[in-house]
Amino acid sequence: MEALVNKIIPFSSVDGPGNRTAIFLQGCNFDCRYCHNPETIHLCIGCGSCLAHCPTGAIFQKDGQIAYDAAKCVFCDVCFKHCPHGSSPRVRRMSADQVMEEVRKNCPFIRGITVSGGECTRWPGFLTELLGKAQAEGLDTLLDSNGSYDFEQDPALLAVTGGVMLDVKAWDETQHIRLTGQSNAMVKKNLLFLAKHGKLEEVRTVVVPDQFDAEQTVRETCRLLAPWLSKRPVRYKIICYRPMGVRAEARETLQVPSVEFLTKLRELALGEGFSDVVII
Amino acid sequence: MRPITMEQVEEKRAEILKTIQDPTATHEQKVTYLARHAENFLTVLDEPEGLDELMRCDVDTRCICNLFEGEAPYRPRYICPDYEKFLRQGSEFLQLDPPRDLWEALNSLMILYHNVPSITNYPVYIGDLDQLLEPYVAKEDDETVKKALRLFLTSVDRTILDSFCHADIGPKATRTGYLLMQVEAELQDAVPNLTMRVSADTPDEFLTAGIECALRTAKPSFANDRMFRSELGDDYCIASCYNGLYKGGGSYTLCRLLLSNIAKRAKNIADFKENQLPYVMDIMARYMDARVRFVVEESGFFESNFLVREGLIHRERFTAMYGMVGLAECVNILLEKEGLEGRFGHSEAADRLGVEIMDRINAFNNDHQAPYCEATGGHYLLHAQVGIDSDHNVSPGTRIPIGEEPAELVDHLKNINLYQKYFPSGTGDIFPVDMTVHKNPAFVRDVIRGSFQLDIRYLSFYSSDSDVVRVTGYLVKRSEMEKLAGGQNVRQNTTTLGLGASRNCKALDRRVR
Repeated sequence: MEALVNKIIPFSSVDGPGNRTAIFLQGCNFDCRYCHNPETIHLCIGCGSCLAHCPTGAIFQKDGQIAYDAAKCVFCDVCFKHCPHGSSPRVRRMSADQVMEEVRKNCPFIRGITVSGGECTRWPGFLTELLGKAQAEGLDTLLDSNGSYDFEQDPALLAVTGGVMLDVKAWDETQHIRLTGQSNAMVKKNLLFLAKHGKLEEVRTVVVPDQFDAEQTVRETCRLLAPWLSKRPVRYKIICYRPMGVRAEARETLQVPSVEFLTKLRELALGEGFSDVVII
Repeated sequence: MRPITMEQVEEKRAEILKTIQDPTATHEQKVTYLARHAENFLTVLDEPEGLDELMRCDVDTRCICNLFEGEAPYRPRYICPDYEKFLRQGSEFLQLDPPRDLWEALNSLMILYHNVPSITNYPVYIGDLDQLLEPYVAKEDDETVKKALRLFLTSVDRTILDSFCHADIGPKATRTGYLLMQVEAELQDAVPNLTMRVSADTPDEFLTAGIECALRTAKPSFANDRMFRSELGDDYCIASCYNGLYKGGGSYTLCRLLLSNIAKRAKNIADFKENQLPYVMDIMARYMDARVRFVVEESGFFESNFLVREGLIHRERFTAMYGMVGLAECVNILLEKEGLEGRFGHSEAADRLGVEIMDRINAFNNDHQAPYCEATGGHYLLHAQVGIDSDHNVSPGTRIPIGEEPAELVDHLKNINLYQKYFPSGTGDIFPVDMTVHKNPAFVRDVIRGSFQLDIRYLSFYSSDSDVVRVTGYLVKRSEMEKLAGGQNVRQNTTTLGLGASRNCKALDRRVR
């Protein structure tokens, strides 16, 4: 099976425990206002708007399609900053075997892989194959997901998934729709389902003032999960919104939260029975 | 003894006066420099022909460097006493009975330290502190042990005025080891340097405590216990910067090849391999032989020093270190001379040439019969020297030049994996890491564990914003360098070296991981 791969980070210290190779797949069904990597949301439509901006000729046209030469790329990111469709010309179509080949180059320094996005569960068949291969080579497997995929309906994927790191972007459904364009009913279902089955590794909430009720979100998430923490401890990662990588509209309108507010959320989670709460 | 000219005498007199009047040197530093000036009036070594042209010449053409060891070695460069034996038997010379409790043990060690010579006149190895003290801490509670260690380590930092002073811990987890790291993280001192030996049996918790300590105070560094043990056996220690040597022994001398300048002499790669490198290697080996012979046969050190008499060191456990620097620049110069593409750390051609050069140096060393080195099979041990403050465009050992590190840490580690295996008497690389790793020390742990399954020998990490930083192998406080840069004299010799290295070698500008 193949998937569109936006990028592979050989060593990552921020995508789960220890050192991991992080694989970012292309395409997302949410459209969060604060998205830090909006170039991963949509698939390239081949319009060619980026061509003129590439300073090294790494992006070019071939057989009417947009092509990319990694050897020429200086990773200035100008191409996707000029993409009018929230995509990137640097995306590669790769098979699970090709991705594993890249992962293997980082052994034995890594303990596992994390597949992120975009929304990685847009590629369930590819994921099941890749994670199965990684597990067979002794690597642990984590998914980073927005929770919109019904994990209960995919036992094959779940069997090769060590854990899921789930985003809870807002608790209140109206606020969630305003923030992401989608309902959070499935997110809540997954929270409980994954926790019950010992597959929840981490929950995370990106805190942006005035966009949603962060205290409610942290409190209700904790209360839902508290009964299942003894089955498998879950980390709560409270992520400080920063304007890096976001779209112009977000950069102009969104605020960075205060340290005091983040600390207050952390204490709230600790008070609700979480023991591992990290502010990033 | 060969005569010297009046002109040379006048030159040396001028140097002596300059030392006496140096406002940036403390009294102790002046005494050390004056002793070196006195030693350098002698011409007693049986030097090989051709040495002057390669060593006593302009810095841009110098191919051999003796690291200011002096012209009449009167003690081995590095001495690593058997401190365990010392604590068991006390010392007749120092009039010390075997210690009965923690207080007596620490006091005895402190006294012995001041009687262990070295090239710096300070001890370069102060013991496997966790194993040594573990029997004495059993009776004391944690707070008492920490107080005792705090006083002891503060004394070490304030009286051993040079950070080429090394303590070791691990590979087993001990209560003393944990408490010592807690105290070190609090104290934030440059001395002593600290290494944790890490084996597959070292518990994750102990290794993690080491990483957390290192991210606060740039130590400990991490040594691949499996590799050192397979080469040197169980009785090895890490001394000075990162040097694997025998406990109860040490190293007579350390000289180094300046590979980049040897490359400049060569017409092409073949000339380098067939003529220039072998020529210089041979002269340096014979120069080292002469130094070793003098310290063993002529200096009287092994006949008169109480450390030998009391069995704390043994002549038979000494070896010497055959050092090198500038492999990266050497490879780049040679590739350029051949008109070949590629730079050290960034191309397969450079990797192949670098490894071939190391294989040749290794083969030469294994063929050379070194005097009084029976401990290491009659040969010297290769050493990737960390550089000195006056080095320009010469990277330490086999390191990738600062500013040219590969973008990905994994590529950097793979380069290191090609070279660290050649150097049982020491090599290492250093990585400043970003603060976010503080929240994930297991990231560093995975890198260490993975590295030590391969041929990577020695790794250091420090947080990119800490005061104590690792310059090339030794530790320096940024705050002390600032004082020195402002014209004040400072306690530790190595602060001066650190300031030079940060100015000349960009030693504090490494790529942050």
